[in-house]
Amino acid sequence: MDLTLWTYEGPPHVGAMRIAASMKGVHYVLHAPQGDTYADLLFTMIERRGQRPPVTYTTFQARDLGGDTAELVKRHVREAVERFEPDALLVGESCTAELIQDQPGALACGMGLNLPVVTLELPAYSKKENWGAAETLYQLVRGLLKQQPANPGAHNPTAWKEEQRRPRVNLLGPSLLGFRCRDDVLEVRKLLDRHGIEVAVVMPLDASVADVMRLPDADVNVCLYPEIAESSCSWLERTFGQPFTRTVPIGVGATTDFLAELRALLGMEPPASDEGAQQSRLPWYSESVDSTYLTGKRVFIFGDGTHVLAAARIARRELGFEVVGLGTYSREMARPVRAKAKELGLEALISDDYLAVEAAMAEAAPELVLGTQMERHSAKRLGIPCAVISTPMHVQDVPARYSPQMGWEGANVIFDTWVHPLMMGLEEHLIGMFRHDFEFVDGHQSHLGHLGGLQSGQPEPNAAPAMTAVAGDVSGETTLTWTADGEAELKKIPFFVRGKVRRNTETYAREQGRGQIDSETLYDAKAHFSA
Amino acid sequence: MARPARATQAQQGGGVQHLDAMSANLLKESGPREVFCGLTSIVWLHRRMPDAFFLVVGSRTCAHLIQSAAGVMIFAEPRFGTAILSERDLAGLADAHDELKRVVRDLLARRPEIRTLFLVGSCPSEVIKLDLARASEQLNQEMEGRVRVVNYSGSGIETTFTQGEDGALSALVPMLPTSTERQLLLVGTLADAVEDRLITLFKRLGIDTVRSLPPRQSTDLPPVGPGTKVLLCQPFLSDTTRRLRDRGAEILPAPYPLGAEGSRLWMEAAAQAWDINAAQIRATLDPLMERARLALEPHRQKLAGKRIFLLPESQLELPLARFLQRECGMDLVEVGTPYLNRDLMRSELELLPDGTRVMEGQHVEQQLDRVRDARPDLVVCGMGLANPLEAEGIATKWSIELVFSPIHGIDQAGELAELFSRPLHRHQLLAAGRQC
Repeated sequence: MDLTLWTYEGPPHVGAMRIAASMKGVHYVLHAPQGDTYADLLFTMIERRGQRPPVTYTTFQARDLGGDTAELVKRHVREAVERFEPDALLVGESCTAELIQDQPGALACGMGLNLPVVTLELPAYSKKENWGAAETLYQLVRGLLKQQPANPGAHNPTAWKEEQRRPRVNLLGPSLLGFRCRDDVLEVRKLLDRHGIEVAVVMPLDASVADVMRLPDADVNVCLYPEIAESSCSWLERTFGQPFTRTVPIGVGATTDFLAELRALLGMEPPASDEGAQQSRLPWYSESVDSTYLTGKRVFIFGDGTHVLAAARIARRELGFEVVGLGTYSREMARPVRAKAKELGLEALISDDYLAVEAAMAEAAPELVLGTQMERHSAKRLGIPCAVISTPMHVQDVPARYSPQMGWEGANVIFDTWVHPLMMGLEEHLIGMFRHDFEFVDGHQSHLGHLGGLQSGQPEPNAAPAMTAVAGDVSGETTLTWTADGEAELKKIPFFVRGKVRRNTETYAREQGRGQIDSETLYDAKAHFSA
Repeated sequence: MARPARATQAQQGGGVQHLDAMSANLLKESGPREVFCGLTSIVWLHRRMPDAFFLVVGSRTCAHLIQSAAGVMIFAEPRFGTAILSERDLAGLADAHDELKRVVRDLLARRPEIRTLFLVGSCPSEVIKLDLARASEQLNQEMEGRVRVVNYSGSGIETTFTQGEDGALSALVPMLPTSTERQLLLVGTLADAVEDRLITLFKRLGIDTVRSLPPRQSTDLPPVGPGTKVLLCQPFLSDTTRRLRDRGAEILPAPYPLGAEGSRLWMEAAAQAWDINAAQIRATLDPLMERARLALEPHRQKLAGKRIFLLPESQLELPLARFLQRECGMDLVEVGTPYLNRDLMRSELELLPDGTRVMEGQHVEQQLDRVRDARPDLVVCGMGLANPLEAEGIATKWSIELVFSPIHGIDQAGELAELFSRPLHRHQLLAAGRQC
């Protein structure tokens, strides 16, 4: 049993729903208790869709458990097929149905239905949403394409040259309830079009069963969201010989690398190296003098593997931040995230425990958090500016305006989104100089338009964790106390770096065996760590 | 929970059955349902009692449900969470009780300010028959009064949406101190301002001791006993009502305090129990009624003659339909309810026009067919259906809002009507905008 205040992912059947609801002509019969229809709201409210998700729930109740729940499943399968006339049917269970073991997939297969039926085995007590989506996509692709002749050796990704047509690729991975998939697809289409590359099938978003049958016709697969599509891409590679891209085009550098990788796979010339600087505004905005104060801003990054890897690269190499914490809840992506963290001199946090993430965030004392909807909770608690870069998300992150993360425009969106929560440069300077203002007080960010800052009853950033660190030190050699003079000096440190200075000073005092921290200790520590 | 026995044919699905010959036309339907489970009640109960914590014992689905509903708000200190069952718990490798106790200890160490901990049962915990009652008893002993641990079920297999509140309140009833003091007890969650207002009005009538369940602080539980007369503020409190009766309280029969008329009858029920003379009642309530009539008038103009279809969600549907029909002049196409307690709904049923089609239970697909056939002017439904119906050109009022809004009392009649006239008004505004 695990205590979970916030969960980074839903159960695996929600992942399966994402696949079904993203596609056309696919219906999903889900054996689930009354109440699990809450998941419809993810699509009708968060994604703001004007159709019901194509899901028929059996919605059994306690009184049904005494009766024939298997018959209940069959009745719902029959009704769903008659009413919705789908081209393919998914059949699966939610967590409670898994306990009563009615084998709904097997039941549906035995009903003599005249359409493809894909049985989903999604272990709800060990796997999660993205795994469920990836598995569903994989089973669906495999189930529909297994009749087609496989000859992996015969595939030639440069065949388009002889056939005198434009190269064509599939875009795999974009789905509803994915992060900005709607606009990422548009942006990547635009990007590929500029390079003379056609898009054959986008899957699962808006794909029909007929589209799935056309997947093997593409020259190369573009794996936009590895969490959802990597297993399907590698099955297509094994079965039909289609290579797939590994670089996800989020950020200017990554988009450049993506284009180089894809063009190489298709046997095209490398792209122009300055395309990013020509097409995206991020490089110039980041070079312009207004951005100098962003240099070395301490940033903590958490989310799914793909978005975290992309964010780490952008933060470090394109915005000049210092990455002080990096982690993901996607265990499947643990290895690349660990490698990235090592490159940055960090230990990656691989966890789906919200409290562990909160603790790591407090420990790293960043000035900016790039995370998920859940990190907004901890960042609020710790008083740290925050921007959302990954799911889980809420309705604000399915905006009406065009807001991709991928490609050249995606980089523009990212620049604005990440810089916005930080205090503006002039304000930061003035608050560093004059502490006695009646309006622009400590922690206040006037560009956010409210009377924020400490007077609204927020705790001082990192104050609570720092205290526990001191208390926890009792077992060690030195007990630390701050003198009034030391505390007063600490108060003069600008708001967002104060947590870090407190931490560094305590570390320094401990190393030096000083039990009392006064203003001089603070200055000593400052010199020590900047040296 | 005592429920009327279901007809076999209805249980087989798809069938609709006529039940008895009250003035309303009471029907039953079964099939796929589109409703929340009782866990959702946590979304408002955690605000009513900020010193309480709601720990669901269930699966990732349960955790996902609550955060999808409430996670749009940003919490510095979460007030609910889930103890997620793992494969080890299901395989019996870990003693579920020990595991639960460990989780509770961790939680209380992190959040020492919690005064009442609700262990909330879910579908998985009910199916594997985890004994949360025993676990909370043991934890109560261990905590020695620092924290009170109570349990109830919010599972979808047993409870629908607001029935979760019934579970939570009925779990509190045995904890209430005993007293024979003469008092009026208002039962069911009210908005703070509404609660204050109603208490003021009862005092004006001459009823001095008025208390509420749930209280604003979970430690501030009202007493109960033979002197207690109960007014139900909400129609979904079957179990709580039964347990209060068992503790000696008397339930005053009345319609529910929605709309001016319902609220007046509801207040009069208490006034009569306190033998307050008619002149005093009129002097107190007549001016309010006159003001409510004025407040209702603009909404009545928008709503009168419009046809409304209510889908089952919260059990508030009958009182709402009664208000919309009698005070706003709407025509009722169908009034769905997830569960009909005829005893607690008697006064409401009597006020509905003859032949009103009342549907208990649901076959959501067939019900939507009826919605599309009838093309009502307004459909009250859950959020899973609201946008899809809007996209079909059918105006909706999403029903969840009714449990999050201050809608009770004579003074709130205008606001309650506004909740229904607003979507129609908006449709008009936007349609006009499209034309220019």
